[in-house]
Amino acid sequence: MRPFLEQCTNGLAVGSIYALIALGYTMVYGVLKLINFAHGDLFTYGAYLGMTLLTSLLLHERLGIGPGLLVLALMVMGLVALLGVLLERVAYRPVRSSPRLNAVVSALGASIFLQNGLMLVYGARYQVYPDVLPQTAFSILGLHVPVLRVGVVLASVAMMAVLYFFVQRTRLGAAVRAVAIDPDAARLMGIDVNKIIMLVFVIGPALGGAAGLLVGLYYGQISFTMGWTYGMKAFTAAILGGIGNIPGAMLGGLLLGLIEALGAAYLSMAWRDAIAYGVLILILIVRPSGLLGERVADKV
Amino acid sequence: MNRRLALIYGIAAAALAVVPLLAGLSPDGRYWVEVLNNVGLYALLALSLNVILGDAGLFNMGHAAFYAVGAYTAAIFNTRLGVPILWTLPLSGAVAALFAVLVARPVVHLRGDYLLIVTIGMGEIVRIALVNNVFGLTGGANGIIGIARPSLFGHRIRRSEEFFYLIWGFVALTVFLFHRLARSRFGRALNYLREDEIAAEGSGVPTARHRLKVFALGAAWAGMTGTLFAAKMTSISPESFGVGESVQLFAMVILGGSGSIPGVVAGAAMLTGLSEVFRGFASARMLVVGAAMVLMMAVRPQGLFPVHLPRFRAADLPSPGPGAPEREALP
Repeated sequence: MRPFLEQCTNGLAVGSIYALIALGYTMVYGVLKLINFAHGDLFTYGAYLGMTLLTSLLLHERLGIGPGLLVLALMVMGLVALLGVLLERVAYRPVRSSPRLNAVVSALGASIFLQNGLMLVYGARYQVYPDVLPQTAFSILGLHVPVLRVGVVLASVAMMAVLYFFVQRTRLGAAVRAVAIDPDAARLMGIDVNKIIMLVFVIGPALGGAAGLLVGLYYGQISFTMGWTYGMKAFTAAILGGIGNIPGAMLGGLLLGLIEALGAAYLSMAWRDAIAYGVLILILIVRPSGLLGERVADKV
Repeated sequence: MNRRLALIYGIAAAALAVVPLLAGLSPDGRYWVEVLNNVGLYALLALSLNVILGDAGLFNMGHAAFYAVGAYTAAIFNTRLGVPILWTLPLSGAVAALFAVLVARPVVHLRGDYLLIVTIGMGEIVRIALVNNVFGLTGGANGIIGIARPSLFGHRIRRSEEFFYLIWGFVALTVFLFHRLARSRFGRALNYLREDEIAAEGSGVPTARHRLKVFALGAAWAGMTGTLFAAKMTSISPESFGVGESVQLFAMVILGGSGSIPGVVAGAAMLTGLSEVFRGFASARMLVVGAAMVLMMAVRPQGLFPVHLPRFRAADLPSPGPGAPEREALP
């Protein structure tokens, strides 16, 4: 029983990271009906920016670990959000009115560009995160839980809670929901659709960048191609929960993290990545609207 | 195929035919023949992806999986059963086609970007399966070594120049057949399917069946190319068939001009050849490719060498016989 529960906590930690990235996919899909293929790479940029800022500014030494990491996270989120806005301007806005598949190719091109740009700057080898967090663990009910794992879950849940409050309870959040439902009607109601799209490209990448930072801190190792794998898995999570649906992305992420951790532990470690892809294919065949999705008609 | 294109093909074929003869004159001639061999293999793969992606408009980003299935089929039959490698050509084509039908059957109705994601997942599952030595046949991460050299009419092919004629002969055959395909009833139906699925269905095109057929055809061609690859390399391993390979093929088709046979060959030549011509450019090559894809979708989405679809003019219609009703001229 104990190994099982430990796998579950690990699955929840990884799953909450998937959920953070999945929110970016699902929000962009909500307003643009476009899969942002470059989102996984924005996540990677978050991880690399976090590493560079961590080693160059040494905020955790100047401000103490807690406030230092908080400031660092905000800087990373801001920078990646900036990148997200730039991406929307350069790669997505020019093709917004062209056939959908052109937008897909443009997104893909942006992904290839971002990934190889990162490789040229940092080199093709994987990078190691500096050890700033204590590697301590505590025992609860006989369960061995690293502090870092709890931190990852708490940080993700906090960000998701803020996002959920923002989307459901604020005027701007209502505008985002309106654009997702019907952009033309939203425009007639006096909503600046371009601004809302830009806002979505601020929020999604900011969360993705934060997820990158968390992955760096949690695993201690990052590579320039990891955006593809994490992106595919987060996208799977978004589909699993029902794409376009914000609580769905959170649920899907946590669920996928659990499935993957348990599958890797009890079925086969070597097939770990294949499990997520299998879930993706299965869900698209069996229930393309996902667990919490309702609209099916034009989606698939 | 119009006259100008035929002329271009003729000149290109003549130029290519003499390359191996000239290669002996230059010290690094052998190297350039090798580069052209790679261009030829990529041209074959890109052409096979083009029928799926360009002609039928199905976003397949797992094409390397079909290539892998073909290459591994050839390698397994050659090393385990001693079947001469070129004899496995139809077999690896058939196995790849069967595999494509099996995996595409449940997902082929998915809309463009979803299909793209699913095919990425499918390609990755195939690669992971190969790494994990599935059925104990694929040799794990090291792959399969010791594939016999091919022989043709009793002549053993081992030098680059000989492979050059084998590969480019197959390219020429492929270009010819795919041009025939584009003009055929099936080929034109695929274009309808790409432009408007509902209208195609309404005009009596069995869309679901055609989508499966085109997947099978593209996969079969990629599978046969896999055989050539296995024969040329004499050893294969899973890392030759990763998602990066599928992305490259995708970019070749899109940048060259999707649906355009000369365009796709040019795209393959650009992406494989240019990195050899400009050595310093090699590491930044994909950076340029990515930027080009973004730029191209904004200013020239049809690709560098787009296809010119045949247009019907009034003059092409058979002249009406005496007593036929007056017909308005078509625009």
